[in-house]
Amino acid sequence: MTDARAPERVLIVGASLAGLRAAEALRKRGYAGTITLVGDEPHKPYDRPPLSKQVLSREWDAEKVFFRRQEGYESLGLTLMLGQRARSLDVGARTVTLEDPQAPVLEYDALLIATGARPRKLRGTAGLSGVFTLRTLDDALAIGAALAQHPRVAVIGAGFIGLEVAASCRKLGLQVTVVEALPAPLVAILGDAVGAAIARMHLDHGVTLRTGVTVSRIEGQGRVERVVLSDGSSFEADLAVVGIGVTPATAWLESSGVALADGVVCDHTCATNVPGVYALGDVARFHNTLFDEPMRVEHWSNAVEHAQLVAATLVGAPAPAAQPPYFWSDQHDVKLQFVGRVAAGDHAEVAQGTLEQRSYVVAYGRQGRLRGVLASNAPKQLIRGRKLLAERASFDAALSALREAQAVGPVVAPL
Amino acid sequence: MRITVDFDLCQSHGLCTEAAPELFEIRDDGFLYVLNETPGNELAGKAEKAAIECPTGAITLSDD
Ligand SMILES: Cc1cc2nc3c(=O)[nH]c(=O)nc-3n(C[C@H](O)[C@H](O)[C@H](O)COP(=O)(O)OP(=O)(O)OC[C@H]3O[C@@H](n4cnc5c(N)ncnc54)[C@H](O)[C@@H]3O)c2cc1C
Ligand code: SF4
Repeated sequence: MTDARAPERVLIVGASLAGLRAAEALRKRGYAGTITLVGDEPHKPYDRPPLSKQVLSREWDAEKVFFRRQEGYESLGLTLMLGQRARSLDVGARTVTLEDPQAPVLEYDALLIATGARPRKLRGTAGLSGVFTLRTLDDALAIGAALAQHPRVAVIGAGFIGLEVAASCRKLGLQVTVVEALPAPLVAILGDAVGAAIARMHLDHGVTLRTGVTVSRIEGQGRVERVVLSDGSSFEADLAVVGIGVTPATAWLESSGVALADGVVCDHTCATNVPGVYALGDVARFHNTLFDEPMRVEHWSNAVEHAQLVAATLVGAPAPAAQPPYFWSDQHDVKLQFVGRVAAGDHAEVAQGTLEQRSYVVAYGRQGRLRGVLASNAPKQLIRGRKLLAERASFDAALSALREAQAVGPVVAPL
Repeated sequence: MRITVDFDLCQSHGLCTEAAPELFEIRDDGFLYVLNETPGNELAGKAEKAAIECPTGAITLSDD
């Protein structure tokens, strides 16, 4: 329950997964002070993963993405300020100033920075209509409306979001070409062999892949007509979805004194270099004690874990143990799940199944230690992998444990 | 308390099985099974952790 040290006024900037979950966790822990949740989007907090999946493929009504659809916000007892963007932070005065000159200056005892990340834009496409990025509900609705016109779709960047957009477009029967600078999708994250397997899976579902080339420019009279590639070739398209990564939303903190380094630098409790200021979710460069390294993780579970951690820290409760990063991605008939953290040069070995099938498990290691486990349509093995990582298993021990386990089960159909 | 899982939402992420192995299990068929739908108070904290960590919001806890 509330500790004597608990701050009286908590201000949370960023009204999405991390920010909302932190507010919920504080109340759950009995925190009785004020909570103000500020977000620049016009919408109440919502969940992003379905945007590229169920929302784009029209399996879900967009309403379904909102959090707290049943409970509402009353019982949380917070001040929700939507459509308000934070402009600057004064750590001396402990205040946040909003862009809106009419809005009050917000005072805090504890500030939670949960501003997430924003998609990178492709240079030289500013004046062209039909070029989209996908981060927000409004983005998803705009892309969805454009997809209803049966466009030929170009996806720039074969990261998770790009590949999910491609899969959703195929579900709608649309023609899709994915352009990726590296030799295969996701190679930087999952290695060459798995990247090639993922490429085959997309080809099997009718996606056209152009790898090892970059986009030189997108051409058209006011709107997208053609994508020109670095090898001089080009293809026709009516719509382009750009998925070339995100940058942490820290512009408003630039001269605040809060330490920034591709994200807000924080320790294993989410505390920054400034007393009373914490960072969580996609924006945080957090020190993960399990891997003993700083990492900025752009995945769902990470934001939820940080929210729990910050709430515990603020009320003076012991922090929950560090978890290995986890993410999933649904593409066509495959659910990819990955737990851990791998880097270029890590060793990868297939532990179950084969990469020619849709069900397989791959173990990743470095210097004799297990660093990550990828499970494709094998949710049970993923759980085993997570346990092995939490136990800091050696690579060899993990590989044999994963091999001993039951053969991968039947395919679980993703939504 | 009563645990309800919306199996239309559940995607077998398995995070609940880690938060509360006494209550949730993913079997070899790749599907989630609820081992105890009406656990006692001693498991309430774990059940709450499972509901919070579930990426699809498939787990609902209610009093009764
Ligand atoms: C299309 C899509 C699909 C995804 N799929 C998956 C998936 O399958 N699996 C997975 O693990 N993860 C997935 N993710 C990632 C996951 O959604 C994020 O990790 C998660 O949303 C991070 O939450 P957050 O609260 O830290 O940041 P965000 O959700 O980015 O929220 C930050 C909020 O702060 C607001 N903001 C920014 N600056 C300011 C400011 N100055 N003032 C006020 N408000 C501000 C932003 O507008 C935003 O509303 C996906 C993301 C997207 C976009
Ligand atoms: S965490 Fe949620 S989605 Fe995952 S198995 Fe449990 S109930 Fe299903």
